Amino acid sequence: MTWETVIGLEVHVQLSTRSKIFSGAATAFGAEPNTQACEVDVALPGVLPVLNAAVVEKAVRFGLAVGSTINRRSIFARKNYFYPDLPKGYQISQYEIPVVQHGSIDIVLGDVTKTVRLTRAHLEEDAGKSLHEDFHGMSGIDLNRAGTPLLEIVSEPDMRSAAEAVAYAKALHALVRWLDICDGNMQEGSFRMDANVSVRPAGASALGTRCEIKNLNSFRFLERAIDYEVKRQIDLIAAGGSVRQETRLYDPERDETRAMRSKEDAHDYRYFPDPDLLPLEISEAFLAELGASMPELPAQKRERFTTEYALSAYDANLLTASRELADYFERAAAGLTGQGPKLAANWINGALAAKLNEAAADIGASTITPRALRALIERIADGTVSSKIARDVFDAMWAGEGDADSIIERRGLRQISDGGALERLVEEVIAANGAQVADYRAGKAKAFNALVGQVMKASKGKANPQQVNDILRRKLT
Amino acid sequence: MALTLDDVRRVAQLARLRQNDAQAQAMLEELNRIFALIGEMQAVDTSAVAAMSHPRDVAQRLRPDRVTETDRRDALLALAPLSEAGLYLVPKVIE
Amino acid sequence: MFQLTIAELSQRLASRQCSSVELARHFLERIARFNAGLNAVITLDAQRTLAAAAAADARIAAGKAVTLTGIPVLHKDIFCARGWRTTCGSRMLENFVAPYDAHVVARLDAAGAVNLGKTNMDEFAMGSSNESSYFGPVRNPWRASLVPGGSSGGSAASIAARLAPAATGTDTGGSIRQPAALCGVCGLKPTYGIASRYGMIAFASSLDQAGPIAKSAHDLALLLNAMVGFDARDSTSLEREPEDYTRALGQPLQGLRIGLPKEFFSAGVQPDVARAIEAAIAEYRRLGANTVEVSLPNMGLSIPVYYVLAPAEASSNLARYDGVRYGHRAAEFGDLTDMYERTRAEGFGAEVRRRIMIGTYVLSHGYYDAYYIKAQKIRRLIAADFAAAFRRCDVIMGPTSPTTAFELGSRTSDPVQMYLSDIYTIAVNLAGLPGLSIPAGFDAAGLPVGLQLIGDYFSEARLLNYAHRFQGATDWHGRMPQAFVE
Repeated sequence: MTWETVIGLEVHVQLSTRSKIFSGAATAFGAEPNTQACEVDVALPGVLPVLNAAVVEKAVRFGLAVGSTINRRSIFARKNYFYPDLPKGYQISQYEIPVVQHGSIDIVLGDVTKTVRLTRAHLEEDAGKSLHEDFHGMSGIDLNRAGTPLLEIVSEPDMRSAAEAVAYAKALHALVRWLDICDGNMQEGSFRMDANVSVRPAGASALGTRCEIKNLNSFRFLERAIDYEVKRQIDLIAAGGSVRQETRLYDPERDETRAMRSKEDAHDYRYFPDPDLLPLEISEAFLAELGASMPELPAQKRERFTTEYALSAYDANLLTASRELADYFERAAAGLTGQGPKLAANWINGALAAKLNEAAADIGASTITPRALRALIERIADGTVSSKIARDVFDAMWAGEGDADSIIERRGLRQISDGGALERLVEEVIAANGAQVADYRAGKAKAFNALVGQVMKASKGKANPQQVNDILRRKLT
Repeated sequence: MALTLDDVRRVAQLARLRQNDAQAQAMLEELNRIFALIGEMQAVDTSAVAAMSHPRDVAQRLRPDRVTETDRRDALLALAPLSEAGLYLVPKVIE
Repeated sequence: MFQLTIAELSQRLASRQCSSVELARHFLERIARFNAGLNAVITLDAQRTLAAAAAADARIAAGKAVTLTGIPVLHKDIFCARGWRTTCGSRMLENFVAPYDAHVVARLDAAGAVNLGKTNMDEFAMGSSNESSYFGPVRNPWRASLVPGGSSGGSAASIAARLAPAATGTDTGGSIRQPAALCGVCGLKPTYGIASRYGMIAFASSLDQAGPIAKSAHDLALLLNAMVGFDARDSTSLEREPEDYTRALGQPLQGLRIGLPKEFFSAGVQPDVARAIEAAIAEYRRLGANTVEVSLPNMGLSIPVYYVLAPAEASSNLARYDGVRYGHRAAEFGDLTDMYERTRAEGFGAEVRRRIMIGTYVLSHGYYDAYYIKAQKIRRLIAADFAAAFRRCDVIMGPTSPTTAFELGSRTSDPVQMYLSDIYTIAVNLAGLPGLSIPAGFDAAGLPVGLQLIGDYFSEARLLNYAHRFQGATDWHGRMPQAFVE
């Protein structure tokens, strides 16, 4: 039997605010335990929540970016359960009426673009942390993270493979950073994913029983956890068993998922509107103001890059991975004509991406400015250096040896385009390689390339390859 | 609609209230008297009425995103039944 | 001195006839002498009180006195006061020393009041008789075998016995007005949202409201001026221009339209309570008021509605008492769940446990719509009844409580009977309206009867004047139990 995998993701995006969602305590990462947990965060008797304006703005910006309905009136509810990292005994979240509903995100897999629908995005507070190292058989609780603002973004079960889920997660990750609503730092837990995974026989319309894999904090773990879970569920059903709806955890060490032991109480969270908070109302004026201040979005930019700069969809997709990268490209391509922008895209997605990857850095850390890269591309376009030599110039630029022109001059890398000099070089090569000349004349086309190579070698790579081709062909006929 | 002893046990577990069998039985009887009173609500037709969560129909006020609280860990931890190394201690948490 | 009003005491302080320290000592001495028989005050810190009084004297000497400078005030033990043990009448918080001030406490401090101590109360404000306190029941100063009412029973009894000139209370379903009535003192529950709930330990968030308890309407107005005001830390605090609640005092009552809801005068009211209320209404007519019959047809449902909504909110509000960050933790336990269950079973008394059970049940899966949503809908009907009534009258009057003070223990075995004590007060909280109780005579047994005045939203200043005019024409509010006269 062939199986179809069905995946929906719930992503907890930590909104990048200075203070918490309902208190004036700081949200900075890495502080000493409980030093950023104020009286509201530790839920002292008598304390009350007041909503942070910045979280509302960030949630609405997200909603506008994905074409959502922004609910003009949304409600905060209490989700009641006991857990030591949950100081009030309830989490303040949005339940029946979230601030953001519907909308969609396009994902690009190779040449295919697919739309993933969103169910909702709601505001809620994060819990604290249980530290599991042993304190005489007890656990330690750090409440610094309690009350950190989260936007939980819930997708429809629209993904059909781990690859699609990863593509969606990456697109979402890029988008929230693009919008500057989340720092995207996955090691610090700013972007945490839960995957709802089920399988069904191909062609079936009813969904299979799903399992929720909680708290995945890397794209690699997301992919592996889904792959493992899909196989587990298929094996289970194939062996005559059935999937039980449950919450599971992914163990990266063992590369497997396992059922969580806690979270009992049959999930009777007794949601009800939080009487300490009033309905969140969003005015038309506020919406209009935010709408006017929205940046150009990745999809819009992708579209523009393919029309304005004649880039392939593939290149445009790579360049819109982040706002910084797209900006870099546009600055590098500014004023370039013809194949110039395409060359800029190739250099950024090729040589520059490789350097950054090697250094595990992002575009902000590039030692080559967009302007410097543009100067190099201009030297390729005007024939001063070949693409091959340009690679050496690029390496030197990366190493901090100066701009393209000065490196070309200093190292004498200017391309030889002088007809007389090239003719002499070609004649020397023909004289010294009688056997290959004979082969070529006997009809072996490959011998021609070998001769071109010899000329290039003799010129230390500086000969203009097109001219070499022309002269050689003329001399040999 | 009367509660059962199972209801009482389930609710006590949700609310994290330990009770023995005699207490559960007594609670059941009290709750059923109270719910007989509460049941009077069901006689009213409320199909056309909107729920009222708050006495006043006002919108949530927003707070500027500013850090106003300073570290008071020592004062707050001093209230805890058990703490160590800046942490609140609880019986082992199992995930 | 204990019989003087706040205005009279301020006058004496200003004219140096007495000092704030002397005033504080005077009331501390009365507490030392009388409290053992009442159990109205549960925490004292004479050193702190006298230090605050000395500071008040310094301000008076420096000519920097403000409205309440040097006036001793007792706080219901539901208000957090920095450095003061704050128990909420519960074993759960028996040793909890608040690390911060409630907004109401901070405001009274800023107005110059001197914190005299903390008063006993029903545990987490859940009760109508002050018998659910972990620290034992409060006794009614008019007769020690009787309850003072609740949940602000300690504050009301303290004012009745003249242990302080002023006290704070909170009112979720009648917890200021009903004990004020049963103790023969004045108590005001303001419009929901004008007093901040920050630092006031939550019982039912959408109903709780702080208010003053004192000997006269004029004193209430002075206290209200200090207690209420916008607080950015409470999302339900209303941003309004500050009001002077004394501004209407003394205005004539000519043409005042008093609404008398027929539901307030039906069977179930103790006959001599009804007679006292009728006499008080007659007094208002003599002062120039007219009466009109109004109806609050859904008022009978206010108790069922309340006993869904208040426990629902409470069950969640009290989830934070888990033995982790503060408060009681069971001495012995196994795993985490066991720690929670033992801690909460030990830390909470019977009434609190009962209400947590009710609230948890009505919110649980499958019952939410039938109970919680249903109750919220009827809540709207009840509020609409008041709105309709206020189109025909300026104030609603009736008894605060269907009976005068009852015997200790007489209703503890039957929670439903206890809950019915608040039949006339609860609807006011559901609607969020202001309500006031003032002494209006005595029953056949010589126990005080409370007259309730209910106004439209934000009508406190007018309500206080209606009470003030009544108090100008009668002297019920000046009566005090003989045992506490020196």
